[in-house]
Amino acid sequence: MKTLVWVEHDNQSLKDATLAAVTAAAKLGEVHLLVAGKGVDGVAAEAAKIEGVGKVHVADDAAYEHALAENVAPLIVALMDSHDAVLFPATTTGKNIAPRVAAGLDVMQISDILSVEGPDTFTRPIYAGNAIATVQTSDKKLVITVRGTAFAKAATSGGSGTVEAVSAAGDKGLSTFAGAEIAESTRPELTSAKVIVSGGRALQNSENFHTIIEPLADKLGAAVGASRAAVDAGYVPNDYQVGQTGKIVAPEVYIAVGISGAIQHLAGMKDSKTIIAINKDEDAPIFQVADIGLVGDLFKIVPELTGKL
Amino acid sequence: MKLLVPVKRVLDYNVKPRVKPDGTGVDLANVKMSMNPFDEIAIEEAVRLKEKGVATEVVVVTIGVAKAETDVLLTARAMGADRAILIQTDDEVEPLGVAKLLAKVAEEEQPGLIILGKQAIDDDSNQTGQMLAALLGWAQGTFASKVELAGERVKVTREVDGGLETVDLKLPAIVTTDLRLNEPRYATLPNIMKAKTKPVAKKTVADYGVDVSPRLKMLKVVEPGKRQAGIKVGSVDELVEKLKALGVAK
Repeated sequence: MKTLVWVEHDNQSLKDATLAAVTAAAKLGEVHLLVAGKGVDGVAAEAAKIEGVGKVHVADDAAYEHALAENVAPLIVALMDSHDAVLFPATTTGKNIAPRVAAGLDVMQISDILSVEGPDTFTRPIYAGNAIATVQTSDKKLVITVRGTAFAKAATSGGSGTVEAVSAAGDKGLSTFAGAEIAESTRPELTSAKVIVSGGRALQNSENFHTIIEPLADKLGAAVGASRAAVDAGYVPNDYQVGQTGKIVAPEVYIAVGISGAIQHLAGMKDSKTIIAINKDEDAPIFQVADIGLVGDLFKIVPELTGKL
Repeated sequence: MKLLVPVKRVLDYNVKPRVKPDGTGVDLANVKMSMNPFDEIAIEEAVRLKEKGVATEVVVVTIGVAKAETDVLLTARAMGADRAILIQTDDEVEPLGVAKLLAKVAEEEQPGLIILGKQAIDDDSNQTGQMLAALLGWAQGTFASKVELAGERVKVTREVDGGLETVDLKLPAIVTTDLRLNEPRYATLPNIMKAKTKPVAKKTVADYGVDVSPRLKMLKVVEPGKRQAGIKVGSVDELVEKLKALGVAK
């Protein structure tokens, strides 16, 4: 089977989430990549070095600079004449484009796969991860999004893919990029961090995130996350949210501070290797999944912990 | 401008899903079913646009069992939708089939904007809006946290992995809702009573002449591996020792 992996990038460098999709694709067959963007020679060179990659298709055009689905999807649909499957990382950008490709090919997409069971059979989470379904497709072409935490990352060296330009399909004139507020942070990215410190509604306000959560995170070199309750209350921006509808994470160590452990939140972090919970309510559901729990007042415990590390 | 809001009847948000012992799916017998929470946000946004005088009519549509009329379409009308369409079927229709049916509805209704939830909390596919946009050849603003209509365009602020992104779309367009777009109002009892007089057009899948036969076969459904509760430590010092043992602290 010939597969195509859509490469996520910011026109400068390749995003980690791509590497899990490459691993999933390699289980299906030959791996080709698509780098669509503007001024992406550097990304294409990086992509060609990924272990096991054959061809790297490059579509360099202003129409692809911001990965607008209206422009990128027709490009991929055209490339599917010579590929049997297309895989996307299940990031917000991947999830935006993939179904537009699937409908263009008259294919039922398989979302957020956790494993490849066979050439047409996959597992995927349903009901916020409360159930795992095994599904088999009858479609001739496959359109798949890949959960990043479920597959190992392909090595970023050792590959010798050949870079090949593909002609751009142009701007469809339906949508334009009008700006972004992308958080600049010196901390690691949530989805690739080894350690995450997350805060919940018990933090009470955004000031306490700065004075309680962030110093602990910085001591541990950790990323900062939050529960939906904390995001909804406006303590932190939306991109901090860990959970079924936020980011799915699986770090080595996940420290949940003042998070009760709603199903929605657990769905986003329960694959973490070690879960540590700090909560004043000893009956909080978070303790049912935590490997290490400490019951008490976070406003006393966390500063003391930060001080002793 | 007319707004079309497709909604789905799903297992109520507050009910814990139980996997059937025979592994054929999640048990939906005798449990509370409600409107998909993201779809409530879609209705709310549409009704607010009407209240602002930007939109003239809000039409809600669902594809599902007869009970969807009371479980979902009544709530939608009580929240402010003007009329409803029920495309009745007892079969599960996949997002691709749903998108094909909705494309037909859109051809008939000619809405300026279609607002729908970004995903349904049962199958978690996150596909229908994007597929519908593709089939209609329209622009799409997914995972919206802000929607601003201006003339022949709509500006949609999207929740993306790195923060927020704004796209400017040509109308007609598709918007899919994220959690923070708005806080949906409750359907009050007086409004539910009044909503009963708002019309519901009853259709069947066959009326639209599209093939919605499933492409995916569900081989089995199992519960995920469970985590075991671990230990509780009694002090910060003990926790520091644990963190050292894990290699994350020195």
